Amino acid sequence: MQVKPIRESGGDRAFNIVNYIMLTIVLIVVLYPLVYVVSASFSSSYAVLSGKVWLWPVEPSLDGYKAVFKNKNILTGFQNTLFYTAAGTLINVVLSILAAYPLSRKDFRGRNKFMLLFVFTMMFNGGLIPTYFVVKDLHMIDTVWAMLIPTALSVWNVIIMRTYFQTTIPGELLEASQIDGCNDFRFLLKIVVPLSGPIIAVIALFYAVGHWNQYFNAMIYLKNPQLYPLQLILRDILVQNEVRIDMLGDVKSAAARQGLRELLKYSLIVISSVPLMLVYPFVQKFFVKGVMIGSIKG
Amino acid sequence: MQLRTLTDVRKGWQLYALFALPLLYIIVFKYVPMFGNVIAFKQFTVTKGMFGSPWVGFAHFERFFNSYEFWRLLRNTLSISFYTLIASLPFPILLALGLNYVKHERFKKTVQMVTYAPYFISLVVVVGLLFQFLDPRTGIINSFLGWFGVDPINFMGQAGMFQSIYVWSHVWQNVGFACIIYLAALAGIDPSLHEAAVMDGASKVQRMRHIDLPGIMPIAVILLILNTGQIMETGFEKILLMQNALNLRASEVIDTYVYKIGLVSQALNFSYATAIGLFKAVIGFVLLIVVNQTAKKVGQESLW
Repeated sequence: MQVKPIRESGGDRAFNIVNYIMLTIVLIVVLYPLVYVVSASFSSSYAVLSGKVWLWPVEPSLDGYKAVFKNKNILTGFQNTLFYTAAGTLINVVLSILAAYPLSRKDFRGRNKFMLLFVFTMMFNGGLIPTYFVVKDLHMIDTVWAMLIPTALSVWNVIIMRTYFQTTIPGELLEASQIDGCNDFRFLLKIVVPLSGPIIAVIALFYAVGHWNQYFNAMIYLKNPQLYPLQLILRDILVQNEVRIDMLGDVKSAAARQGLRELLKYSLIVISSVPLMLVYPFVQKFFVKGVMIGSIKG
Repeated sequence: MQLRTLTDVRKGWQLYALFALPLLYIIVFKYVPMFGNVIAFKQFTVTKGMFGSPWVGFAHFERFFNSYEFWRLLRNTLSISFYTLIASLPFPILLALGLNYVKHERFKKTVQMVTYAPYFISLVVVVGLLFQFLDPRTGIINSFLGWFGVDPINFMGQAGMFQSIYVWSHVWQNVGFACIIYLAALAGIDPSLHEAAVMDGASKVQRMRHIDLPGIMPIAVILLILNTGQIMETGFEKILLMQNALNLRASEVIDTYVYKIGLVSQALNFSYATAIGLFKAVIGFVLLIVVNQTAKKVGQESLW
């Protein structure tokens, strides 16, 4: 809390200086890798390879981005990820509201038992292999459903949402609506959802980040490369270092090829991370609310 | 009583209709797998199915406990978890305390904005970044060390460095986001405490020590409990990405082992993998209960 003292003592002034220096160091430590990647992605392959890039782009070029956009796999991955993120998040948000609203109602008989049923799944996990077999038995392997349905709901987000409903939708509103003959479906759709914009935004962002960054489920459930999300293709290129020669176009010399390969990686990192970086500042102001609500005992 | 239940249910049928789909999801994707764990006690083969496969009792568990892998997996899992737990506790708190005394709103907003950002970067990209920066030939870290005459180090190839690289990149990625909750707790501290302290001539350091720190302690304790209960859950997806043959000695944890035995190895052994996974889940569950009970006894906040 900011309390303005009459005048700052010497000790407090020293504290301020140390504080600002420390925070600036944190800022640089977090920011520098990000700046470096962006700068490297806009540099020439030679500059990247010879370690000339330190802060700003050296010998600016767009070669890395050109190589990325020429690549069919990456573009397909991008499209797939967009679809998985949009469809998956929609399913997530709808299911979370459907779960959270009844659980927030005091007259929902059995709600404590249902709540226990939900919370228990956070403490005891079915495990990788049994879950894999459920997905397999439902014939979802190697279909888009494997990317959407097994992660359709997060109990943690249901709890956050339920707490929000309980604390922000007054009981009188429900009573008044019921007297006016409004049923539960209508009340949820016309009153609860419109009043819950901030929490829906935060939850949607959390889910969307999960989908956008998902690679593991894709790795175990998908075999058809046409269905691969971007992260799986990123994994091949960034982690496994599998850059196929034809990705690099008509570059001939080995050194130039090596350089372009590194450049491609930096450009790919930037392109794959930019969408979320653009969205999150708009939702950021709701974070505190979302995170805080989650911490209240329900 | 019975009658009231029935009328309540009938009156509230619409709520049950809304709730049906999420409930179905939880049952199919959370509870069915829990019961699917019975194959840990069977010699499961796909052809015979879950019910047709013969029972083997605790044979898979015994095999695991007696195996050469057991102690290595347990040691790696626990040391990565504890290392992460300890290393990621103080920094968000310090960051929140520091930000709390910043007067320039713009500076404060900038630091927050920047430190949150890595949270949204995917694990694949974070690991890709690590590989780029730590590369023995083209990595910037080795270029930097080169200035001081240090020979290039193959960081990812050294088992001894694996856990530190894993943990500190985790701290880098999560410090900003983890600090949100502490900032919110600091905002909830009664301003009159600070006013009174200022009147009494308390310095900022003293106010931080005696007002802010006690103010966020309950949250810190809750989070510590929560995370201790999760000690068997390592950041398995990230570890899997960072693993290679050279660092496997320090990087193989229970989860990655289950994944390999159950889904990638040449000779898949579903039952054995499930047994190891179940062992982990049971230990984790017991741990969560014990930690929470202890916290209750000590008189601190508990989770439920």
